[in-house]
Amino acid sequence: MQFVFLLEQVVNGLVLGGYYLLLALGLSLIFSVGGVVNLAHGAFYALGAYVSLEVGRRLGFGAAVVISPVLVGLLGIAFERLLLRRFYSADPILSLLVTFALAMVAEQAIRMIWGAAPLPSTMPPQFKGSLTLGDFLFSRYRLFLLAIVFVVMSALWLLLHKTAFGRVVRAGVQRPDMVAVLGIRLQPYMTAIVVLGVATAALGGALFGPITIVHPAMGTEIMTVAFVVVVIGGLGSFWGVVLAALLVGVVRGITIHFAPAAGEASMYVLMFLVLMLRPRGLLGERIERFE
Amino acid sequence: MQTKPGQRSRRRALRGTAAIVGACALGAPRLLFAQTEKIRIGHLTPLTGFLGALGEYAVMGIKMAAEEINAAGGVMGRQLDVMSEDSVNPQVASTKAQRMIERDGVAVLMGEINSASALTISQVAARNRKLFMSIGARSDALRGKDCNRFTFHVDIPVTVMVNAAGQALVREGLVKGKKIYSLTADYLFGHDLSKAAKKFFAANGGEQIGDELVATDVTDFSPYLLKIRQARPDLVATNLAGNQVTNFVKQYAEFGLPFAVAGFNLNTADAWAAGEGNLGGIWPTVWHHELPTPGSKAFVAAFTKKYGKPPENHAWIEYVSLKMMAQAMSETRSTDTDKLIAYFESEAQFDILKTRKAYFRSWDHQLMQEAYPFTVKPKGQARDKWDFLKFGDAVPGASQPLELLAPTRAESACKM
Repeated sequence: MQFVFLLEQVVNGLVLGGYYLLLALGLSLIFSVGGVVNLAHGAFYALGAYVSLEVGRRLGFGAAVVISPVLVGLLGIAFERLLLRRFYSADPILSLLVTFALAMVAEQAIRMIWGAAPLPSTMPPQFKGSLTLGDFLFSRYRLFLLAIVFVVMSALWLLLHKTAFGRVVRAGVQRPDMVAVLGIRLQPYMTAIVVLGVATAALGGALFGPITIVHPAMGTEIMTVAFVVVVIGGLGSFWGVVLAALLVGVVRGITIHFAPAAGEASMYVLMFLVLMLRPRGLLGERIERFE
Repeated sequence: MQTKPGQRSRRRALRGTAAIVGACALGAPRLLFAQTEKIRIGHLTPLTGFLGALGEYAVMGIKMAAEEINAAGGVMGRQLDVMSEDSVNPQVASTKAQRMIERDGVAVLMGEINSASALTISQVAARNRKLFMSIGARSDALRGKDCNRFTFHVDIPVTVMVNAAGQALVREGLVKGKKIYSLTADYLFGHDLSKAAKKFFAANGGEQIGDELVATDVTDFSPYLLKIRQARPDLVATNLAGNQVTNFVKQYAEFGLPFAVAGFNLNTADAWAAGEGNLGGIWPTVWHHELPTPGSKAFVAAFTKKYGKPPENHAWIEYVSLKMMAQAMSETRSTDTDKLIAYFESEAQFDILKTRKAYFRSWDHQLMQEAYPFTVKPKGQARDKWDFLKFGDAVPGASQPLELLAPTRAESACKM
């Protein structure tokens, strides 16, 4: 019986990992292309949740999940064009400071617009409750989440690896100078990547709102986990991030099974161990210009 | 996309990120301007973190009280100047308290919701021989073994919360002979709550089959929910705090587990954030916005008019606390620490907008007042998003002494 319980935690951990992934992927994407660690990523996640509440109140949950990432993605264009673009080739400390400041401004702006008190956010009633498959208990809503994460992840992978767009982006990651020599302007690609990144973060916010709390600091909270996942996976590696997200979810589940009080510490211990053994992260690629 | 070699490296990026995330933990002080003749009151409360939502209500409450007092001519003809700051965490709270005393020259310190921060502020107050009115912190230890002559406690201690909700649970038949599983917030307040809850269950024939500690920043409870399902308890009794309670309640509803839920700590703001349809069970509270006393009705009406939403219990408690402080200063015609302590210790009566008046017990400085259990209205009966909570009668009952549910002198470790 003990084994089944443990297995249940592992499976639940995989589901949980799925939704860390939604945030970590965008973060990793923006870093690998622009060389910028976007500390404001969590702010787009929070905005996604707040915008989806506003849209959901008027048009319903389904519309909110689609419209909110689109609106926040549009904001991403301004973010890239006006701000991020200036820092691609600057000292990384500058982009860190700028995105960190933006995260604070965004959090306070949310506080001013919607107040510090958390907003009630509920899921459509048909998603409530759980399914038991064999001995395992699944929340219906989380299974739905997992399906969406899977679709988003596949779409991103296909976009990056099977299209002309993806080829330019991947070439730009390794050798921006060569891409320039070939007469391709990377700037529109950068804008597109940033938009994709922040839109997936906003999608995360819209989807997680109903199971956690929609409050101004939600972005800061999730950023820590997302950043840990990206570091464990290896900055810039697609599959590394996928693997790390699942690993963090599973390790947290197993830790809580045996020692609940240590649950939150487990991912930091994992990060520490991984960095000791593989300083570049699990599947971190060697990117010449970052070494 | 031209890069200069060595200008940006993964290592530097990581190091910079770590530095910035670390700097996050230290709050930024606010600029404040005031005239010297005003009576300055240092007000610390968490405005960020897992208790931040409650802190916002706290600031609204104390601000409204200050405006009313000042509009009526102030205290001894002097205006009150309440400087509210984010207490962030116990270390920052203690630093800011010290600074408020030394540099800003505050007459008294007030505030706090986080029990661990209240403890460090109370130590600063004792060291500097200044009065600290600890308003929203509920740990038993604060008024027990950690009590001191300079600190007064307004909110109900955890023993009262456990007794208030516990009696209702016993009446529902959810304690005697039942298996009880608990989740406990992993900090001073949670530990205290868990201790009081275990004592209550043991005394009333309940069997505690599990009690797990949960870090305060946990937002995903699914692994804990699986553990609860595996344990198959009759009752899930939570000793959680702040955002934890809301997250737990929402995810418990999401998974749809069949076991009864109750808890010994739920502020109305946390309940409102959970939303109708997610919340169930029996909980305690120190005050609620539907209390039918003339004082509470007037307060709720004024607050709703000013802020566009009904007051939460932390707004109420800060409001009445500043009024009590103003009463003490007016009566003693002084802001002198010893005179104020003597006034509060005289067990002077205060109107705190409840049916019965309240007073600070002289030997542990705990305010004696009524509490209320609450549950949730049947589906479809709520008028609006604020209205789905159903509040019970005051405990102790009208004919019982106010001290009935509080720790007795024999049980308390307080020695001043």
